[in-house]
Amino acid sequence: MSHSEPRQDGGEDERVPFMQRLLDNPFLLLFIGVTVPTVFYIIWGVMEIAQIPIAP
Amino acid sequence: MAIAPPSERIWWREPIARIELIWIVIGFSWGLVMFFTMVFWHSVGEQNLSNEAYKTTPEKFQAKVTEMVEQYTVRDEAGIPVVRPPAGSDVYMLGRLWQWYPLLELEKNQSYRLHLASMDYQHGFSLQPVNLNISVHPGYDMVMTITPTDSGEFTIVCNEFCGIGHHLMIGKIFVVE
Amino acid sequence: MATIEQFRTCPTTGLKVHLAAENLIKANAVVAVVFLAVGGLFGLMVALTRWPAVHLLPADWFYLALTAHGLDVLLVWIIFFEVAILYFASAVLLNCRLAAPRVAWVAFALMLIGAVLANITVLQGQSSVMFTSYVPMPAAPNFYLSLIIFAVGALIACFVFFGTLVIAKEEKTYQGSIPLVTFGAMTAAIIAVFTLAAGAIILVPTWLWSIGYISDIDPLTYKLVWWAMGHSSQQINVSAHVAVWYAIAAIVLGAKPISEKVSRSAFLLYILFLQLASAHHLLAEPGISSEWKIFNTSYMMYLAVLGSMIHGLTVPGAIEAAQRRRGLTNGIFEWLRKAPWGNPAFAGMFLSLVMFGFLGGITGVVLGTEQLNLLMHNTLYVPGHFHGTVVAGTTLAFMSVTYLVIPLIFRRDLVLKKVAQIQPYLFGIGAGGISLFMMGAGTLGVARRHWDIGFADAVLRFEYPEVAILMLGLNGICAVLASLGGISYVVVVVGSVLFGKKMGESKLAAPVAPVTSTAGVVGEYGNAGTLKLPGTIVLVSVFMMAFILYYVVNWKYLSEIWPLR
Repeated sequence: MSHSEPRQDGGEDERVPFMQRLLDNPFLLLFIGVTVPTVFYIIWGVMEIAQIPIAP
Repeated sequence: MAIAPPSERIWWREPIARIELIWIVIGFSWGLVMFFTMVFWHSVGEQNLSNEAYKTTPEKFQAKVTEMVEQYTVRDEAGIPVVRPPAGSDVYMLGRLWQWYPLLELEKNQSYRLHLASMDYQHGFSLQPVNLNISVHPGYDMVMTITPTDSGEFTIVCNEFCGIGHHLMIGKIFVVE
Repeated sequence: MATIEQFRTCPTTGLKVHLAAENLIKANAVVAVVFLAVGGLFGLMVALTRWPAVHLLPADWFYLALTAHGLDVLLVWIIFFEVAILYFASAVLLNCRLAAPRVAWVAFALMLIGAVLANITVLQGQSSVMFTSYVPMPAAPNFYLSLIIFAVGALIACFVFFGTLVIAKEEKTYQGSIPLVTFGAMTAAIIAVFTLAAGAIILVPTWLWSIGYISDIDPLTYKLVWWAMGHSSQQINVSAHVAVWYAIAAIVLGAKPISEKVSRSAFLLYILFLQLASAHHLLAEPGISSEWKIFNTSYMMYLAVLGSMIHGLTVPGAIEAAQRRRGLTNGIFEWLRKAPWGNPAFAGMFLSLVMFGFLGGITGVVLGTEQLNLLMHNTLYVPGHFHGTVVAGTTLAFMSVTYLVIPLIFRRDLVLKKVAQIQPYLFGIGAGGISLFMMGAGTLGVARRHWDIGFADAVLRFEYPEVAILMLGLNGICAVLASLGGISYVVVVVGSVLFGKKMGESKLAAPVAPVTSTAGVVGEYGNAGTLKLPGTIVLVSVFMMAFILYYVVNWKYLSEIWPLR
């Protein structure tokens, strides 16, 4: 995460907090935003449907 | 301004205004209340949709319906058999283009295991005027235990679009004392 | 590399505008408005058919018009406009060139081809399967193909947006973090990627099924994955229109978010959890466990609802703070009374905010409660709810921002200013009424997507309560109102774009706060100096009470119906 380095022009060396670095990283957010619903909604949901038993 | 970058380089350290903090606490707590209401209703409430369901085929389900119709038909209504199965038994109803079949006659305050499945497209079981609405899929036999608590004539409207005759698709449940 | 000739400097805002980006914004916005007009017309015909006293269309045309209405407004209008917003929020707000304009034009072409093909296919009459196109009810193969083409185009447009973010960072066209509005647009783009990918995952096999390469598609799995597209696409709208709210408040009133941290965290809650609400459509389905249903339908313990509630406080809060800084400090509501209600951008934005919260938001949560869903699943309550979110919320917000885009991007003065001034009220009241009366009819059990609730040709008899018929009549009247508002919008937009006075270097007629990337570096928080926001507190308290009351009343209704387990 190269962009997490403190910027020169800011004139401050204070380290950017983790949450701000997360929110400033579009691709990490994209990854999270696609993974969470894929896992909890789609994958878990398809597993639920696959587990429905066959009628006696 | 919201259309310019934040004026502070490190805006994450901004203090949160009190009004925002209070609102967040209220919103979060209300979320928890609503979440656990759903959970608790499963143990204390009487209206919960069953998760019991089986993969089936139209032929298999049709056979069960036919068997029940042959055994328990008491009369017919506009040419459609009205079936009166014994209280507590398994009751089958199918949805097909464009009919709910058969019609049922149930006893008030008795429980029945109602099976629903579609023979073709998706249908919507919408019981009126109780206003109880359930999706009915082809290939799935959904089982729920219902207990009619009012007597009279109840109508099942189809509320999932199923083709040009969708608005003709009506079924009935007669509840007798 | 971009050269200086490819940019112009906006005389009003001082922003540098990339000309290629500007043309793409124009093209996407214009096509969006055309499809809004087409889809709106279909919608009016649907509403007039459902008005029993009018009953305009025959059954086959009704189902065809309803399919086209859903496609054109829920998908085509909204996504084209969102692409315009994405390009605006990246290239324009970041003072940056747009990444790969040629690719963006390819995306535009694909979306346009998909949209036109979808309309042609539906009008041919073999694809009246509704927007949801649940298998195994078949549509013509081109129906699915057109949606795939459209989705691929939109997906490419999202990546042009992400590419522009990368370029802006590398070329250091802005300082620090991206603006909040761009962050909101990015939230929309992230949800869009999931949405469009889910659409492709389900529509490609369905297309293959329609041409005979796959023998059969499980209807339950189809419905699950389809809604990852169908519902999430409406979550793109929510994120985009919240970004638009912040943008309009900033441009018209110079409003600053109360705190960047809180507003951005609220968008993060959207990124994480908003898309789980696709489960709202599967609460009445067989065989899926209550654990899955409760977890997903509640956006994991209502954390995305918390996000919306935060925006519902911070947007009016930022406006109140800005107005109070301006000296409108008398009483609780002077800031609101003396707000620029004659400016269509502000009026539409505020109506959108209020109606999205009260009509769309509260009802969405109630409808999405696992057990309460039994009362309303697939009744007219469902379209009632989403006309509150997507029409009164998103569409009205997008209309409002158009009144700013025309002077800023098209550089034309608005024509027919009086018409523009009443337009948001006309459309807002119409859309609000549509939402309210459909929900009323749905509460009484009236089915959605239904040509004849009189059941005239059915073998058995049934009548809905008289009041429901009245509701459908009122719904028809409101649809006419909303259509008048829609026509006014199209006339003003098309008139301004074609015949509006060219603005050139002249000043804007409407007051627009100056925006340069260095503005506001005074280092103040949005609420600095005005820590008290009593008006906003009253507004959110009323909202909270309405929410709790309506929620509890519905549980009471549920407890009175037949026991079911």
